[in-house]
Amino acid sequence: MAFPQPKPQAPQLPQHLLRTIDCQQGAVRAVRFNADGNYVLSCGSDKSLKLWSVSQGTFLKTYSGHGYEVLDADGSYDNSQICSCSSDKSVILWDVATGQVTRKLRGHAGKVNCVQFNEEATVILSGSIDGTVRCWDTRSRRFEPIQVLDEARDSISSLKVAQHELLTGSVDGRVRRYDLRMGQLHVDFVNSPITCVCFSQDGQCTLSSSLDSTVRLLDKSTGEMLGEFTGHKMKGYKLDCCLSSKDTHVLSCSEDGFVYCWDLVEVCSPLCFKVLNTRLINTFPGEIQLCGGVANANS
Amino acid sequence: NMARDDDGDEDFVTFGTALEPLEDGRPLRKPIPLHEQTVKDEKGRYQRFHGAFTGGFSAGYFNTVGSKEGWTPSTFVSSRQQKADKHHARPEDFMDEEDFGEHGIAPRQITTSLEFSSSRRDEAAERAKAVGAQAALIPGDTLLEELISPAKSSIGVELLRRMGWREGQGVGPRVKRKPRRQQQAGGTKAYGCMLPPAGSEDSEDEYEEFAPDNVTFAPKDVTPVDFSPRLGVQGLGYRGLDPGLALLGRGADEHIDLFRPQSESRSRLFGDARSSVRRGGVAGQAFGVGALEDDDEDVYHRDSMSRYDTVLGGEEPGDGLFGWTAPQQYTKKKDKSKDASYLGKILEGFTLAQNPPEEKVIFPPPALPSNYRPVHRFRPQVDVSRLSGVSPALAQALKTSRGHMIKEDPQQEGRHQLDSGQRRTMLGEDALKGETHSSGFYAGSDVDICMDHHLFRCDLRPAENKSQVAKQDLLVGVAPPPSGLQQQQKVLAAWRGSNASTQTFKPFEKTPSKQARYDLYLDRLRQGDTDALEQSLDQTMTEWERSREREEFVRASVLYRPSSSSLSSRFTSAKHKEDEDSVEVNRDEEGDVDDKQNAVKMKMFGKLTRETFEWHPDKLLCKRFNVPDPHPGSGVVGLPKVKRDKFSVFNFLSVMESREMAGGSTQGVLVSEQSHGLDLQSSEKKTAGDEEEQQEEDEEQEEEESRPSMDLFKAIFASSSDEKSSSSSEESNDEEDRKDKEEGKTDLQPANLFTITTSSVTTSSVTTSSVTTSSVTTSSVTTSSVTASSVTTSSVTTSSVTTSSVTTSSAITSNSHTGAGCSAHPTACVRVRVCVCVCVCVCVCVCVVENLSSSLLFPGAASYQKSAQEELEFGPKLPPPSTPAGEHRPPPSSTIIANTSTARLLSR
Repeated sequence: MAFPQPKPQAPQLPQHLLRTIDCQQGAVRAVRFNADGNYVLSCGSDKSLKLWSVSQGTFLKTYSGHGYEVLDADGSYDNSQICSCSSDKSVILWDVATGQVTRKLRGHAGKVNCVQFNEEATVILSGSIDGTVRCWDTRSRRFEPIQVLDEARDSISSLKVAQHELLTGSVDGRVRRYDLRMGQLHVDFVNSPITCVCFSQDGQCTLSSSLDSTVRLLDKSTGEMLGEFTGHKMKGYKLDCCLSSKDTHVLSCSEDGFVYCWDLVEVCSPLCFKVLNTRLINTFPGEIQLCGGVANANS
Repeated sequence: NMARDDDGDEDFVTFGTALEPLEDGRPLRKPIPLHEQTVKDEKGRYQRFHGAFTGGFSAGYFNTVGSKEGWTPSTFVSSRQQKADKHHARPEDFMDEEDFGEHGIAPRQITTSLEFSSSRRDEAAERAKAVGAQAALIPGDTLLEELISPAKSSIGVELLRRMGWREGQGVGPRVKRKPRRQQQAGGTKAYGCMLPPAGSEDSEDEYEEFAPDNVTFAPKDVTPVDFSPRLGVQGLGYRGLDPGLALLGRGADEHIDLFRPQSESRSRLFGDARSSVRRGGVAGQAFGVGALEDDDEDVYHRDSMSRYDTVLGGEEPGDGLFGWTAPQQYTKKKDKSKDASYLGKILEGFTLAQNPPEEKVIFPPPALPSNYRPVHRFRPQVDVSRLSGVSPALAQALKTSRGHMIKEDPQQEGRHQLDSGQRRTMLGEDALKGETHSSGFYAGSDVDICMDHHLFRCDLRPAENKSQVAKQDLLVGVAPPPSGLQQQQKVLAAWRGSNASTQTFKPFEKTPSKQARYDLYLDRLRQGDTDALEQSLDQTMTEWERSREREEFVRASVLYRPSSSSLSSRFTSAKHKEDEDSVEVNRDEEGDVDDKQNAVKMKMFGKLTRETFEWHPDKLLCKRFNVPDPHPGSGVVGLPKVKRDKFSVFNFLSVMESREMAGGSTQGVLVSEQSHGLDLQSSEKKTAGDEEEQQEEDEEQEEEESRPSMDLFKAIFASSSDEKSSSSSEESNDEEDRKDKEEGKTDLQPANLFTITTSSVTTSSVTTSSVTTSSVTTSSVTTSSVTASSVTTSSVTTSSVTTSSVTTSSAITSNSHTGAGCSAHPTACVRVRVCVCVCVCVCVCVCVVENLSSSLLFPGAASYQKSAQEELEFGPKLPPPSTPAGEHRPPPSSTIIANTSTARLLSR
């Protein structure tokens, strides 16, 4: 006889701090999980990119080759490659095992804020302060980007790729969604510089945080606002926001050092929990893990 | 043959001509009899064997000499008159021609003459010898000399000798001989009888060791490579067992090399002192075992195959590189003498280096400190003026050396220190809501450095940029004429003191003289000349032309006023202008920002804030994303763009409309104010039907607002469909106009002019003018003011359609002030008539603006005249009037009706 399945537990908010890693690379500009969540990449302001194991918290490898502080990184789906971007206007594709620079892509006119692989790691997309998103081909040896998306009128602050869609947030206060399948560009006007954008896990909504201390959940297809989350403080720093793994909660960093957490449906007073000097967060299915990037150097 | 006999079936490859097979049964052939054995000479003549002793053949003429008759002695005839010349008989005279042949007794062939034969003939020496022979013991005998004369030496040896070579020396430059290493240092112990050491000449080297440095020696002679003929029956390269080696008793377990590539003598040639240990004594199985010796197991020596080579060539002695010139690290040898053994491998034409090149030491670059930042900071500039103790000359020198010593503007920060807000104000953009410190994106001590990398967004859309300016200008342009002066003041303020080099834009490049005047004007502006405009104009031109140019200059200087230096330094002028008259404009313009801002304020996200554009991803990008190309076959990448005229009204239309919609029309107010003064009565007279008409048209306008260009087309061409109905209002309006004119005591129009203006197209466009104006002002009052313009100037009103909303309507009102302007220029009316056929409205527009600018000092008109001219060029490209709304094309008859109705009204 079959026992009934245990009732699925309601998703819970993170209860305790799992681990704190002292990266020792100055201010940490970004922390990113790899595709399966077992490893963490930390982008330091000392020009280095470091790979950590999540389970043990051990240091695995340093990727050095950037000329200035590393601003963002992303791992490929097969964990064989890493791309990272830096203030030195370059995007670097790394080989994970050897730590060697596979390709160094130059072309942006300013520092590169965000970088992302597409699903199959065939294209690297990088958004820069020069207002362009450049699509680099990892398959060919061309040094020019495949395409330059220069629709934004100010710096690109955030960039996400999901299947055939590309979501960019720009300081000009617009969230742009490029739909490659439809061949359309959808522009949502938010009227405040966007700091972070992301897709919901079900792919129906977009989440965008902006410098008016608001996180907005917008319907992807129509652009209507489904939820507005306030209470935190985001006035001048590029802090991340995200949805939890089952789209139950909205999380956002705040300038007061807390991570704010809202229930997606009941938009009421936010729960918040303090992570020391948290700047960046990232979630991963199964367990919500928070990466605390320590903003002040030498700590 | 033998093989064939043995095995008849097999086929063999045969070379040469096989002999006839011997047949056993057949008897041998008969020997050829003697008389059949004939010999022929080379000419085919039979030769008989002649004379057993001489061994020769028959000679002469039938074995005679000389003639048929036989040998006849030559007769000696000599007379007093004819002396017989001396006849010297030579041996050749007595020889047959066969004797000169190859096998004759005196063969004639090309041989080395004595001159060049091995011993050189010395004439002087011979003569001396001859002289000496005379005085010799036995006269004419040089026996003694011949006895001691040397063997003949070749000319090569002779040459070498003359060059200083001596027997026994090597050939080549003299060398300094290095002290040889003691090769037989330890010496080998010799037991028993042993061959002398191989290098016997080494003994003489021993004393050469101590030769002083400054003495050079001739090189050692080399014995030539010995190409000894093969005498044995072994194959090539095979040497066979050397009995000498066997006698010397090589070790039995030693490898027997039958294919020694180089002979013993050859190796000696290269100075290869073989250090093979030779054991003395006689040993080996060939000699058997003595009776006293115990070890007899060697008697039946078993030879193992491992001692022999099984492969030709076999293992290369040495590096195993097989002659490849591998990198140095692989071929590096410590021992130099070992290198010499590789001589055979050195490529032809190359020699071993005497002094190996020194190894380059590569120093690693210094390790950068972890806190190193690749940003160069310039030292703060020394403010010379503040240095107290510096002489003026030094200050001047400092100033010139540093280029820009003193900051021009202490308040103005460097471009790196600007934040987005300052940039925005520079660029004239509207402020974003919320905090917009993009500099704050990065925290802590790095903020200032981050700021260094801030860049301006340089590619602001040109259309938008201009439209910003245009917006301002429109507002100014609508204002009453005194604002023209204000504008001049403004221009003056903008241009005063600006850097001359920043002026790169040449608006009147097509007419150089005009451009020159414009440049002059700008120069004066920079100098702060308040009278700049008047002075720079050409006084020889007519007043009308001058006034037109005046407007243009002011316009141009406002439009292209110098931006602040920090901003303009970020831009460079384009190197290649593709098409000067057109700009690339995004096909789908972004909608109004104000609307969206309001929507965001009201939290009405959705339709109001969402905009969707057609976007073309790159083909390769689609491929990489595993997505089919959404727009197959389109060569466009990114947002589709359209080429438009640079100063086309269409570029500004959308902005202006939105402006009207959002902010309330300033211009409309102005116009209505003016019109209030004009026709209060007429507005009262307005019928209810007229107002309804107005509302309908307004609705139409609102529907079509999304596409400004189409809207315009419809406004021009489509609205004439309801011309009949509107014409009634037209008539009433026209009538009112006329009445107004009469009341206002303005100049009455001549009758003939009136007839011109009532041409069909003008009438229809009058209607359209009312349509557009209504859309712009959205007040019935304004419309009335427009319609209040006199019938005679209705041709002028038509122009308002093409010159878009604001200016035109104001132009209309202004024109209503002075209708005389039109009457003063009958040419304008003529042009109206000419242009009726195709793009009437456009041409009319041109005329109107010309009129306006001539008659009035109206600031707004000039720039729009320009745009109108652009329109005129653009005209043929426009679709024919019927295309936007083909079914609405007014039939000529209707227009005639309209005319007649107008006429009827007037006559009333």
